[in-house]
Amino acid sequence: MKAILRTTKTLLVVYYAYMVEYRAELLLWVLANSLPLIMMGVWSQAAAGGQFSLTALDVARYFISVFVVRQFTIVWVIYDFEREVVEGDLSPRLLQPIDPVWRHVAGHVSERWARLPFSVGLVLLFFALYPEAFWWPSPLGLIWGCLATVMAFILRFIIQYTFAMFAFWLERATAIEQLWFLFYLFLSGMIAPLDLFPEAVRAVVMWTPFPYLIYFPVSLLVGISTPVAKGFAIMLAWCGLGILINRWLWRRGIKHYSGMGA
Amino acid sequence: MTIITCDHLDKVYPVAIKQPGLKGTLSHFFQRQHRLVQAVQAVSFKIEPGEVVGFLGPNGAGKTTTLKMLTGLIHPSRGQVQVAGHIPVRRNAKFLEKITLVMGQKQQLLWDLPAMDSLKINAAVYKISNRDFQHRVNELSEMLSLADKLTQPVRKLSLGERMKAELLAALLHRPQVLFLDEPTLGLDVNAQVSVREFLKEYNQRYDATILLTSHYMADITALCDRVLLIHQGQLIYDGALNQLLHQFAPYREVKLELMQPQAPAALEIYGEVEEITGREVRLLVRREDLTRTVSQVLANLPVLDLTITDPPIEEIIGRVFQSGKVT
Repeated sequence: MKAILRTTKTLLVVYYAYMVEYRAELLLWVLANSLPLIMMGVWSQAAAGGQFSLTALDVARYFISVFVVRQFTIVWVIYDFEREVVEGDLSPRLLQPIDPVWRHVAGHVSERWARLPFSVGLVLLFFALYPEAFWWPSPLGLIWGCLATVMAFILRFIIQYTFAMFAFWLERATAIEQLWFLFYLFLSGMIAPLDLFPEAVRAVVMWTPFPYLIYFPVSLLVGISTPVAKGFAIMLAWCGLGILINRWLWRRGIKHYSGMGA
Repeated sequence: MTIITCDHLDKVYPVAIKQPGLKGTLSHFFQRQHRLVQAVQAVSFKIEPGEVVGFLGPNGAGKTTTLKMLTGLIHPSRGQVQVAGHIPVRRNAKFLEKITLVMGQKQQLLWDLPAMDSLKINAAVYKISNRDFQHRVNELSEMLSLADKLTQPVRKLSLGERMKAELLAALLHRPQVLFLDEPTLGLDVNAQVSVREFLKEYNQRYDATILLTSHYMADITALCDRVLLIHQGQLIYDGALNQLLHQFAPYREVKLELMQPQAPAALEIYGEVEEITGREVRLLVRREDLTRTVSQVLANLPVLDLTITDPPIEEIIGRVFQSGKVT
């Protein structure tokens, strides 16, 4: 246990230092995820027109929360993993007595902390420019919302790392992620709150992993009514299923990789 | 106790075949065809603890494939392999703690951070205590003359310094068996010499076993008493380097500086004349005739200077690979 804690701490500290090396890039990465802010402008205008159950203020709060949740759930493991497999950089990693995934996890978790000041700065700037939109989530909403954001990151990481396993067989596993991203864009609530979807569509979508990657944590933060226990249970189920498939693909993939010459 | 045993190792790869042009692309898309490549064929050898063995072969001969089978990165198609009492392909933690693989073309250090950060990760991964970590880093960095370089970002190091830092990272857990694939690739002569000296010292200090591939024969002559020669996937020689040289270079080169030029006919009686440039002559003389011939030359010719050398080792090894067999 002590050894695990030491490895975890060392990986996090070193990868934090690694991420902080990219100060300028971090600001660009944060800005590159400003799609929710653009969406906010579009949908606030539409809400002001009076066709929605959400007010213009609700829409603004929804999208700033989407922005925040996206900042904490960005995942790029498939791009790194694909390069490692294609260029053979995975081989030296396989010769260390630690699963290579933990380096990726450490990189992602550390990056969150490196990114934090920039994200907070942008949120503060937003509220300075648009003070009417400011609100405090309820204490319970804040706790569940933060927990759901962490879970959303875990789920997104597991899903993307599972797609990454196809790099063992395909030259461009990232193509799967790009296709998946289309569904993610529409069904996660990034482009529009799911409340705007027809009831029947929403009922089906709520059983998929997509809403739990953005809509669910955002709803908890802004106070949109949503079944909390059911939401977390579905997230856990998808995480569990993802891990099972991931490990199965990993074992088969490693065998294939070593068969092809590593 | 033998530390590395390979018994009839085979490795066969499928390699995709694609014809050029649109037609080839379409048929490759709908019906992929593969051909099998026999990378390694019935390779058997044993290495004892503490030995430094050179693994030589032309490009594509199967050296790296064999090293990868020995480290467990690839499954042999047939045959048995055992390293430090383990079956490598299982890659269990105890085995991984006993070995290291350094590939001249691959790096494990984080590019934008000082090497010390990557070393800290290795210390945590291999469960090295802080005290041992400090001690080993001091010791290895002194052996490698790297002390003040470990706090500079890796990208700012020269190629030689980076290779040394890679070696330090790869040896921090004090492995018993070192697999080194072209560890001096691209380094300048000074850096090559210091890496060689380090490996020699590491081998003597820790009785570590080293299996080394290199295209620089100076690495092999400086470090290895024994060599394995692999050609087209097959082991064609396993034995002492000296014996191989003796067998393939039965001649020695005698260089003469004479007081005045001599007619070629007067020189041909002593050996095969390679070159005559004014007063300088190069002769090839069979090893068994060397003493007698040199005495005659000194007695009969007006010699100012005489030197005896071996033909360049690269030339000898090249001749072995050209013939494809040793016997």
